[in-house]
Amino acid sequence: MIKVAQLSCGTEYSGVQAEIEKAAATVGAKMVYPDVDAKDIESAVEKFGFNPTSAQLKLMIARAVAITEGKYDADAVFISSCFRCAEAALIRNELRRWIQEHSRLPVVTYSFTERTKSGQLLTRMEALVTIVERKELLARERQVGLTAGIDSGSSTTKALIMRDNEIIGKFWHPTGEVIQCAEEALEKALLEAGVNRNQLEAIGVTGYGRFTIGKKLKCDLVQEELTVNSKGAVWLADRQKGEATIIDIGGMDNKAITVRDGIPDNFTMGGICAGASGRFLELTAKRLKIDISELGAMADKGDYRKVPMNSYCSIFGIQDLVTSLAAGHSLEDVAAAACHSVAEQIYEQQLQEIDVRHPVIQVGGTSLISGLVRAVGNVVGQEPIVPPNSQYIGAVGAALLSSGFLEGHR
Amino acid sequence: MKVFIVPPNSLILFDLVERYGHEPLSLMGAIHERVTNPEIESPPINVTPEDVKKGLKYAGIEVPSGIRGRLAVWGPLIDQADAAIIMEDAPFEFGCVGCHRTDEMVRYYIKKRKIPHIIVKYPTNEDEAKIMVARIKEFLEGLK
Repeated sequence: MIKVAQLSCGTEYSGVQAEIEKAAATVGAKMVYPDVDAKDIESAVEKFGFNPTSAQLKLMIARAVAITEGKYDADAVFISSCFRCAEAALIRNELRRWIQEHSRLPVVTYSFTERTKSGQLLTRMEALVTIVERKELLARERQVGLTAGIDSGSSTTKALIMRDNEIIGKFWHPTGEVIQCAEEALEKALLEAGVNRNQLEAIGVTGYGRFTIGKKLKCDLVQEELTVNSKGAVWLADRQKGEATIIDIGGMDNKAITVRDGIPDNFTMGGICAGASGRFLELTAKRLKIDISELGAMADKGDYRKVPMNSYCSIFGIQDLVTSLAAGHSLEDVAAAACHSVAEQIYEQQLQEIDVRHPVIQVGGTSLISGLVRAVGNVVGQEPIVPPNSQYIGAVGAALLSSGFLEGHR
Repeated sequence: MKVFIVPPNSLILFDLVERYGHEPLSLMGAIHERVTNPEIESPPINVTPEDVKKGLKYAGIEVPSGIRGRLAVWGPLIDQADAAIIMEDAPFEFGCVGCHRTDEMVRYYIKKRKIPHIIVKYPTNEDEAKIMVARIKEFLEGLK
């Protein structure tokens, strides 16, 4: 049983504690609360160097210090506090850094509201467990044999075939009925690869539809997208060694993952607001009467500074866009502003919670929108690397990791 | 008279209020009702999102949920209190495991209700302790 140490403030009184424990139990983990002696709390706070006013935050600090000093045994750490609490937000972030500097434990941070349900925490908990349980598998740098990867995302379903560390077939299309879409994508990818399904030695699946597809297709690997995507990203970008930050702006949620030698050591997942997602850019393209594939080039020609647009909501974001068009701004400037708005919100909502390490690798379908990549580059201070086939990271990661299940781990 | 105590889980204040013939309004008392509910596991995990909604009476939607959850339990106690004792600077071991933002709101509500209240500092030595108890005794005996 994986022991996840919980460092939190407010979870009991927010009514979300049961949901946290439910999410952990679903992925075979157990939440534990490191014991600390009351007399050690002040000294731990002094050692940590940040003395918050809230007593429960002091307890969080003492628990973190106890873990990093080896006084309490845990496999991973979950740091959580109320959404909007400024003092807790400061402590949350600094504690995460402290644990990462003083241990090799994987950490995930989350700010919750009383509406937080176990489903929202599941991917994060699953990733924590995967990092602990499958470290050897995650360390794989080469794909072997003939394997397939399927990524059943909220917007698109991708399938990809690999043979001996090379991509030989791929296909993507919009997600509808998950099984049917996965089957079709896989068949088309197999067709391009020129191989039959029964020749496949292993299949890996990730994304929202992973459990359903995994069961139906009898997949060898059914794994959440945080660890799978980071593996896919470092393979595609040829950055297997060293540090990097992976930014994946998805159709429904966003991921920012830091990796060390290809293994995630911190990640944050958004999804509260569609204004910071690929969905908003789809709506923008629709309103500008262009195909989403044309949006990036159009944004490249525009100047985002000419159009005020910074909304936390896709609906109000579109309202800004309509107003700007009505005021006579060019389509190019509006497209650039929409891309910039998404990048800014990724920065505000997610990148503040992780240490952005260079290089930044931008992946996912939205990485094909050049205007968005440029906007992300502006906010992180360096042009991100967009590897070839960047929209296939999940499928690549799944094909690569599933090859680890082949006999003898060739 | 009903006397609300801050920190609301203080056993010392609870005992003093009872000793001088009043009814302490404490977190232990509020949680007791929930603990006797068969669906409840252990306090304060028994605070549910429904409670947090009730906390909206005391703090708006933009306030962190943990504060609203705490106020859902403590707020009704302040509403029924005839008086209050607030102890400031209580150390961790005292039993005040909590959120400072909630503490600020609780003090504010007590003052807003304009009920008789006394603010004492947590004593750091025996002499201060004697003075504190004497002040609380005088306050409680003066309540009519």
